[in-house]
Amino acid sequence: MSGETPETPVDEARREFLRNAATASVLTLAPGVTLMTAGVSEAQAKVDPGKRWGMLIDTTKCVSGCDKCVSACKAENGWQAEEGSPTDPQWIRKVDVKDPRTGFAMSLPVMCQHCANPPCVDVCPTGASMQRADGIVLVNRHICIGCRYCMMACPYKARSFAHEEVPENEKVPWAPRGQGCVESCTLCVHRVDVGGIPACAEACDKGAILFGDLNDSTSEISKRLAQFPAYQIRADLGCDPGVHYARLP
Amino acid sequence: MKRIHYSLLEGRVGYYAALAILGAIAGAGLLAAWYMEHYGHVVTGMTNQIVWGMPHVFAVFLIVAASGVLNVASIGTVFERRPYKPLGRLSALMAVAVLAGGLMVLVLDLGRPDRLIVAMTKYNFKSIFAWNIYLYNGFFAVVLLYLYTQMSSKFHVRSYYKAAGTLAFVWRLILTTGTGSIFGWLVARQGYDLAIYAPMFIALSFSFGLALFLLVTIALYRSVERPLGHGLVNRMGRLLGVFVLAAFYFVAVAHLTNLYAAEHQGVERFILFGGNIYTFLFWAGFVLVGTIIPFALVFSRSARTSYKPVVIASLLTVIGGMSLIYVIIIGGQAYPLVLFPGKEISSSFFDGVINPYAPSFPEIVLGVAGFATAILITVFATRVLPLMPVSLADEDVDPHLVQKSGEVVEMKKAA
Repeated sequence: MSGETPETPVDEARREFLRNAATASVLTLAPGVTLMTAGVSEAQAKVDPGKRWGMLIDTTKCVSGCDKCVSACKAENGWQAEEGSPTDPQWIRKVDVKDPRTGFAMSLPVMCQHCANPPCVDVCPTGASMQRADGIVLVNRHICIGCRYCMMACPYKARSFAHEEVPENEKVPWAPRGQGCVESCTLCVHRVDVGGIPACAEACDKGAILFGDLNDSTSEISKRLAQFPAYQIRADLGCDPGVHYARLP
Repeated sequence: MKRIHYSLLEGRVGYYAALAILGAIAGAGLLAAWYMEHYGHVVTGMTNQIVWGMPHVFAVFLIVAASGVLNVASIGTVFERRPYKPLGRLSALMAVAVLAGGLMVLVLDLGRPDRLIVAMTKYNFKSIFAWNIYLYNGFFAVVLLYLYTQMSSKFHVRSYYKAAGTLAFVWRLILTTGTGSIFGWLVARQGYDLAIYAPMFIALSFSFGLALFLLVTIALYRSVERPLGHGLVNRMGRLLGVFVLAAFYFVAVAHLTNLYAAEHQGVERFILFGGNIYTFLFWAGFVLVGTIIPFALVFSRSARTSYKPVVIASLLTVIGGMSLIYVIIIGGQAYPLVLFPGKEISSSFFDGVINPYAPSFPEIVLGVAGFATAILITVFATRVLPLMPVSLADEDVDPHLVQKSGEVVEMKKAA
């Protein structure tokens, strides 16, 4: 036997069907794709590219065991984390750091560091992981396919995956969450865009979290950064986080 | 060299039984995917710590193997090795089938598989993942074109087969570079961030792909009792031995590089000497079962007169390969991120601890379904397209093989 197959006449009906099917697919999908694109551009339009929002966290004021910032974030953005659950989200967490040799210990909150060079944005195949012109790093929940590559790439373990359905009563309109998508700290973008400050910074009664514009030399955060030494977590990676810590170990 | 004749896969009961079994496994995989999609990843072993689990181990293995399966065709077309030429069609088709199986697993594990159309319409060109979507789709197109140039009855189409084969070969090298770079370019994690991952994955693809190809080809030829030369199998077996060694070389250099840098010694101690599942899978799985034993088997005396050593070596290469991919993907995540080098850290989010992972049943079923789908497509394709040479007896493939093997043993033809 050989690989030759007899010539068959062109099936016009089949050709017509395929043509119609292709047209129908395009007509069905195109509006959705266009809408998604339009939605993102509209959000981007409100952003001031002259700003770079950031935080300065004073670890000398932050107290181990206090989690007011975490509770405030939960309440503000509608996420819950059962103690010990490996699948529940944590947009912000308190990390206890100890020097094993000297015993020196400190506590600090870690959330999305809103990097200038965010690896999560670099690796996202669809562009769902995105950075606004003012430096805030977000997940566009409309086009996140749930591949979790951003979670693999984030040096700060700042992102969570919604492993199960988010109860309706937990959802808040300004922080959309949904099963199968990745989520993280938004720097309370809904507050910042109307002149407010993130819920964690507001909730910290020790005054350990200072929020402001890193590009504005007259802002309180810029003045303090110019006055006192402050560090970024894993600065060696060159991601240039927007969150700075005064007196890191 | 005699003219090679190709024919459709024969058999009735056996063929349909094989299709039914493979179809059932593939179907079970779809059910598993539906279950995970419906209830969410909370029903899997994956967590916010181990974000990529068993489906990724299977998917990456299959995707890496797919480009390696194509090597058999490339050796014939690009490097003009005569004994490999008759296998070109089967190799090209199976490469596409294995990639399809791997991608099926990867896509069905997405948090939102229903948004696949988004992945196809929105691209972030800085993402190696996005590049890979192009590379995978391009692989299908290029390899199917290559297959067409091999099978066409038109002379002018066949005259492009070397060009198409070369393009497919270059494409597969870039594709595996892309797959390796998914991990190699992850700067955040101690276990990854290695440029050598790209060539290492290429070397791994050579051994994984050839092992899979040998297993499927020998199984197909034996099941329909077509002649299959011992000289040919022995020759490919010995090539597998060389590939296995090449893969080991790259893995060894990757670990030595990490061991040298104090920064990475923690993760190396954890993987290589931690006394955990990853240590076991690395040394017993990859080094012993996946490298040393296959190498010894394919160069053994009995490999000259029997298929068995090559079949066992191929099987062990697959097991060793799966072990290594498990160590890379799961082990690389089990070791915690280093937020504060040299410090001890703890939090409610499992910072600073070794992350546990227990794959769930649906995850494994989905992964196995990837293998089943790849073989299902291959078997079905051999039934509808003339991909398999009627005879792979040594004297039909390359007379030199007869002299080399010392003896020719043909499978008994069915009465």
